[in-house]
Amino acid sequence: MKSSVITFPGSNCDRDMSVALNKFGFKNEMVWHNDTELPKSDLVVLPGGFSYGDYLRCGSMASKSKIMKSVINFAKSGGLVMGICNGFQILVETGLVPGILLRNKYLEFICKNVFVKVDNKDNTYFKNINKTVLKFHIAHNEGNYFCTKDQLNEIEDNNQIAIYYCNNNGQTEEQFNPNGSLKNIAGIFNKEKNVLGMMPHPERMIDQSLSGEDGSVFFKNLINNIK
Amino acid sequence: MKISVIIELKKDVLDPQGKVIHQTLDGMGFKDVNEVRQGKYFEIDVKENDPKKGKLIVEDMCKKLLANLVIENYKIIEIQ
Repeated sequence: MKSSVITFPGSNCDRDMSVALNKFGFKNEMVWHNDTELPKSDLVVLPGGFSYGDYLRCGSMASKSKIMKSVINFAKSGGLVMGICNGFQILVETGLVPGILLRNKYLEFICKNVFVKVDNKDNTYFKNINKTVLKFHIAHNEGNYFCTKDQLNEIEDNNQIAIYYCNNNGQTEEQFNPNGSLKNIAGIFNKEKNVLGMMPHPERMIDQSLSGEDGSVFFKNLINNIK
Repeated sequence: MKISVIIELKKDVLDPQGKVIHQTLDGMGFKDVNEVRQGKYFEIDVKENDPKKGKLIVEDMCKKLLANLVIENYKIIEIQ
């Protein structure tokens, strides 16, 4: 299985993602934002970081970079594209997934472990995953998911909400919402569910000695689903 | 020709920065404030000299990059 991680100026989780993908059986290649062609890939990842210094709006500049034309074509032809954190912000700016990530409700940069509830297992990313609540890490200033009422209706009608912020029992009350996201949304799909954007970092949870292994659960399951 | 643009958050979008600025103003003794909304200002010098054409170019920029129309409106406020 081949994966590609795109590096933008200011990406800083690109190598962590590459380590995670290689660890669980992908053969990963790093791709520079100024390249025009994607290598042959089963999965393309837009990593976390602060592309273009978060100028204008987070992800807005990166969404217009040269490689993104190929990424958008790849996604539109059904290819798997996953955006983590800043990668999620880039995805919303391309319009591949609906909505936008606003500044966190309490204006704080949040860096902590959170629980997320997997709601929708009818897709390549979470199919057959043996856990419903996963412990992931978040680190962001703009993770407050927002969309219009019409968009929210459409997202809910199409089951596009991938994960919700919750507690360790999977309860999704407002008190377990770290950043003010609409409906506790931590990650969403496009309509076809081949594109996933999420704020939490599964690549930071791939080693017990670092912080946890729910990322391992996620990646192992993902590669099995792609095979 | 210089064209100025203001980008503002739509009315139903929460503006936490505006709220904090409002609270701070209140704490400083400015008690006459109903609400503060924070936006962005751009001054764009375009090569085009025809104000109508210049405005169209900048509108296109607003739609494609400067504003995200999910949450923001743009206003072209000055053409010099």
